[in-house]
Amino acid sequence: MKHLGFSGEEILETIGMVRQEKLDIRTVTIGISLFDCVADDCATLCDNIHAKVTRIARDLTKTSAEIAREFGIPIVNNRIAVTPVSLIAGRCGPDEMIRIAQTLDRAADDLGIDFIGGFSAHVEKGTTAIDKALITALPEALAATKRVCASVNVGSTRAGLNMDAIGLMGRTVKAIAAATAQSESIGCAKLVVFCNAVEDNPFMAGAFHGASESDCVVNVGVSGPGVVLRAVEEAGDVDFGALTAVIRGTAFKITRAGELVGRAAAARLGIPFGIIDLSLAPTPAERDSVARILEAIGLEGVGTHGSTAALALLNDAVKKGGAMASSYVGGLSGAFIPLSEDAGMIEAAERGTLTIDKLEAMTSVCSVGLDMIAVPGDTPAETLSAIMADEAAIGMINRKTTAVRIIPVAGKRVGDTVNFGGLLGRAPIIPVHTQSSARFVARGGRIPSPLQALIN
Amino acid sequence: MPQTAKDLSGRAIVTIIGSDRVGIIAGISAVIAEAGVNILDISQSVMRDFFTMIMMVDLSASDVSFDDLRERLSRKGAELAVKVEIEREEIFKAMHRV
Repeated sequence: MKHLGFSGEEILETIGMVRQEKLDIRTVTIGISLFDCVADDCATLCDNIHAKVTRIARDLTKTSAEIAREFGIPIVNNRIAVTPVSLIAGRCGPDEMIRIAQTLDRAADDLGIDFIGGFSAHVEKGTTAIDKALITALPEALAATKRVCASVNVGSTRAGLNMDAIGLMGRTVKAIAAATAQSESIGCAKLVVFCNAVEDNPFMAGAFHGASESDCVVNVGVSGPGVVLRAVEEAGDVDFGALTAVIRGTAFKITRAGELVGRAAAARLGIPFGIIDLSLAPTPAERDSVARILEAIGLEGVGTHGSTAALALLNDAVKKGGAMASSYVGGLSGAFIPLSEDAGMIEAAERGTLTIDKLEAMTSVCSVGLDMIAVPGDTPAETLSAIMADEAAIGMINRKTTAVRIIPVAGKRVGDTVNFGGLLGRAPIIPVHTQSSARFVARGGRIPSPLQALIN
Repeated sequence: MPQTAKDLSGRAIVTIIGSDRVGIIAGISAVIAEAGVNILDISQSVMRDFFTMIMMVDLSASDVSFDDLRERLSRKGAELAVKVEIEREEIFKAMHRV
């Protein structure tokens, strides 16, 4: 077609990506600074927060729907990320922190958005009274709200690991599981424990609007495991160089689509465009799976030997394609391996080929970490802390973001399954090591920041 | 990359996918003409086992909104038992051209 400059094949490829391979914009996330909401008392603070969030994001859902229709790509979630609450809550105590969480929830509800993130604290070097109040409020705050997501950064390459905070977070996760015991301990699915958290991540539950960000910004998260799976399958048994090229090319196309949508959303909302985060974020739909990509690369089942290497290749190729496609790639950008949200991962965990140890190894070469892992309800708090410490150590040493989103489901044992519903999916309870880490965690203090020279 | 609504070209791609029958082009073209939308180019072929028609149209002179046109096309498509979609051309440019 002379007017087009592209072929019918290319047009149909794009349409096929959306229709058959479930390419979607996972989220349009508006980041909003709450620094100018600060007030002397909690009631005024809450009023200011509600007013600012609902003013800036008032057209978010309408605009997303409009853009999705015009460009033919579904936008699955609309989200908001705010300044970490610990930075703007002044002298609020735990009860007032719960009120702030409820205010965020109400704002999200009024706007009709899916999630609001930023009920967060950064304690990698030390914990202030306000950080402590926020963490203390977590069980009730997450039980009393539906759309609020929380995160706590407990370590970084520059600061080391705050083991006191990691000890506290193990106990806190247990308390959240108990507070939401009636609904499969789902509160834990809304909390991420980070090392090296990033400030512009649009994906939940770990999104927040970092202190160095501008007043407001539009960040976009694109997904597309199904599209990559199809491309890998069509490539057949080519060698790794050719395979990388296929994945890179696919990631390029997905990222470009995401950037177009992001820029259109930013322009129509009158908010600056921030970054595009290209992450292969699976959903429970059968082919929308990172595990299936690894299997298409040549593994009989994910979790078997070769899984870490295959994931490393996938993650790197995705980043290369994304970085070529857009000047402003940010957030996490890589492959996610959330257990409960990926049909192939669930199957492998049920089969027993995918264990928590293999998952941990895989997180050292992909974005994020132990994500949406359901473990027995009687797992000791110290064991949860030790799992967080292991994961944070991987992030600290390798200068990357790692995260733990673990759910010790109240009353459940290995072999049981829990259903979280929607994008959160269904998780088999997987075993953890039963030998105690209590003495290790009880030491307290900090694991010092690592040497970043003498690296040969 | 277009920054604002003004940067959009106003061109869009209409795809019609389904099994061949009499009156498809006539039916869809009539909807497009009624909306004051200009057809710039048409191609048809069998691709990926589907009978496929692709049209490039120009909406810039039309006073029918994008959403409204999309609705009308999809209604006509349902009548003709084919799947009709319309997307702005920018999405294809973004994905397939460096």
